[in-house]
Amino acid sequence: MTDLNTRPGAAVAPVVSLDGVHMSFGPVHALVDARFELWPGECVGLVGHNGAGKSTLVNVINGRLTPTQGKVRYSGHGGQSDAATGAQEAGIRSVFQELSLCPNLTVLENLRIPYRNIPRKAWRREARRMVLAALDEVFPDHGISADAVVGDLSIAERQMVEIAIAFAERDTEPALVILDEPTSSLDAAIAQQLLSHIKKFCAAGGTIIFISHLLGEIFEVATRILVMKDGRVTQDKQANAFTRDSLVDAMGHVVETSGRTQSARQRRAVGEEVARLNNGMTVHAGEIVGLAGLAGHGQAEALARFYMSRASVWRSTKTPEVAFVAGDRTRDGVMPLWSILKNLSLMTLREFSQNGLVNRSEEDRLYETWKERIKIKANNPLDPILSLSGGNQQKVLFAKALASSAPIVIMDDPMRGVDIGTKKEVYSMIRAEADTGRSFLWYSTETEEVLECDRVYVFRDGEISAELTGDMITEENLLRASFELQEATA
Amino acid sequence: MSGLSQKPWIWSYLAALAAFGATMIVSGGQGGGSLFFAALTFASFAVIVGVGQMFVITLGPGNVDLSIPATMTLAATLALKFMDTNTSLMLPGLLIALGTGTACGIFNFGLILLLRIPPIIATLSSSFLFQSLAIWSNRGLRIKPPEPLADFATGGLVIPNLALVAIGVAVVAWIVLERAIVGRWILATGQNMRAAQLSGVPVNGVRFGVYVASAILASLSGFLLANFSGGANLNMGAEYMLTSIAVVVIGGSSIAGGNSNVPGVCGAALFMFLLVSMLNSYGFGAGARLILTGVIIMMVVVFASKRKYAA
Repeated sequence: MTDLNTRPGAAVAPVVSLDGVHMSFGPVHALVDARFELWPGECVGLVGHNGAGKSTLVNVINGRLTPTQGKVRYSGHGGQSDAATGAQEAGIRSVFQELSLCPNLTVLENLRIPYRNIPRKAWRREARRMVLAALDEVFPDHGISADAVVGDLSIAERQMVEIAIAFAERDTEPALVILDEPTSSLDAAIAQQLLSHIKKFCAAGGTIIFISHLLGEIFEVATRILVMKDGRVTQDKQANAFTRDSLVDAMGHVVETSGRTQSARQRRAVGEEVARLNNGMTVHAGEIVGLAGLAGHGQAEALARFYMSRASVWRSTKTPEVAFVAGDRTRDGVMPLWSILKNLSLMTLREFSQNGLVNRSEEDRLYETWKERIKIKANNPLDPILSLSGGNQQKVLFAKALASSAPIVIMDDPMRGVDIGTKKEVYSMIRAEADTGRSFLWYSTETEEVLECDRVYVFRDGEISAELTGDMITEENLLRASFELQEATA
Repeated sequence: MSGLSQKPWIWSYLAALAAFGATMIVSGGQGGGSLFFAALTFASFAVIVGVGQMFVITLGPGNVDLSIPATMTLAATLALKFMDTNTSLMLPGLLIALGTGTACGIFNFGLILLLRIPPIIATLSSSFLFQSLAIWSNRGLRIKPPEPLADFATGGLVIPNLALVAIGVAVVAWIVLERAIVGRWILATGQNMRAAQLSGVPVNGVRFGVYVASAILASLSGFLLANFSGGANLNMGAEYMLTSIAVVVIGGSSIAGGNSNVPGVCGAALFMFLLVSMLNSYGFGAGARLILTGVIIMMVVVFASKRKYAA
């Protein structure tokens, strides 16, 4: 099987080689002339903005898409079988940004789905052993039961299961594992476990494609970096040939020198208290309140409870008290059958319409305003929302909430899968809105975002473990407040 | 490309036209006018209940109102008993019917919300209650409708009076679904209730309104049907259980919710009647007619859904 590739001394062949691969969807050229090889033992960082073509490249490699031109070759395959089978037999596994487990099945049953020819006899026992072995290996102390139903797991746990399944042993060994934003919903400590597993896996001869918006992670694990822009691989060099700045430059964004840290450190005058939550959190007018801590420690639940307590399920109002920006787009945000326009206007229909009918010229104006302000990359407001890339869908959800007149905006880790450029734009937009007296409740798993806040509550085991203000908001303090108790009990 | 072929409802009209044509071939073009008149009359009942069912189905998977037949029967029974052929009580009689519908709708949604029963079970079980109430109240008596109401229900100039009522209902429903804020809320709730709630949609209010509207439309249809057929009887609504669902599906609305259209309900209602008259005119017996009806409906649904994926 993979012996050919991994055993030292044997003739080493590339795991995958792409030879002039093009992929176009109608008039859109999502991938242009990709040619490179991936070798055993490499960890390849793949970076680029939303819509640069990373997902297309990945889907061509794992056989989900058949290239419109060119050829993808797998080790030991001349390409006689179809691409998907070839990719599977060559041991190519993928973990996607949009989680793809079956929520109604248990963890071990989800392993059974990609592993089609698992031995029939007592397959549950076998699958349980395999999935637990993989979880233990990648995420020691994960605390996930193999019999748990996936729908009951937190989003971080689901991501952990999905990653573990990709690394699990089956009839074919994993040779190339594609990780598309694997850490976006994991907290720092668990992400670190994953990164060290990646290093171990590559050292043993495995190959990784690692996609992440967190450049620190890329530099930590990648041995080689591919930069994509507008469907092309524009740079392909060893990782140490890049610096953070040169990498950001290569992706096409200007490094901003006016650091966010100064702006965040400026103590801004905040107004009077506008809300007090059951757990003791307070929010003042014009204040950006952060909810930090490890992922899945009750922050999202606290926000959801607060939202529900302020928004009626029976009556709507022209002056809502709260607006919500979803992080889990599929579950909490997007109306999948609808156009960009209808998704954008849903929250504010009452506000811009009179007499019960949708004011459609106001609706168009809303779109024009926000397309400009938040730079949604869309050709036509009537295109389906799902035709947008994940980052652009997220922008629509942002605009939807910011367009409302609600004095309090709740954000449930809304920046997952959003590129750096957009993040910067959204940060400054949030700041500008806060200056006009709007309050934000912002749960984030990324330290960089927590540092943007005026005041931060750190959560641990569903409760507030610390409240940090101004200069106290530092990465060290955040980590200490998130971890202390766990160390004590460990 | 983006023209009529992308409208899922166009197929129900083509099917209705085909059935009409096929009947005309057999009859050699005789009686086209009266067939058309009858089709409009009978389609009207189906349109009125179908529109209500459409809104319920739009609310998403598991949402369906199975109490429509029983609501029709109960509303018609109570209203006709109250009017007791008395011409001066016609308007209060109509209000009694609609009030009965309102009460049935509230009861349905109460079961769904308070007891957390799936809508399909809630409406099925409540329909037994409504039916029993109807039996208990009329005790097998068949009371005639007031004369003017019977004349109205059976009459019409170029098109039947009932068709005017149905068109009115359809136009209002179209405005609600396509142009009103409430329509957006209903469609949003049907696609993703949690996301709708987090977008400020008053989801319980929306669902309450839809179930009540469905029951009110059922009661209106029952009231008209009883006046049309010379009195309420206990199984008058029976065929509308399947009809109300079939017209929604054949009309191109998504059975999974979140995507519905009103014109399709009207076209499908015409088709359902014309299909049966076509099979009648070809001389099929009752058994063969039912089988063919089922097969043809399946074919239309398969065809319509194929078109949707292609578009």
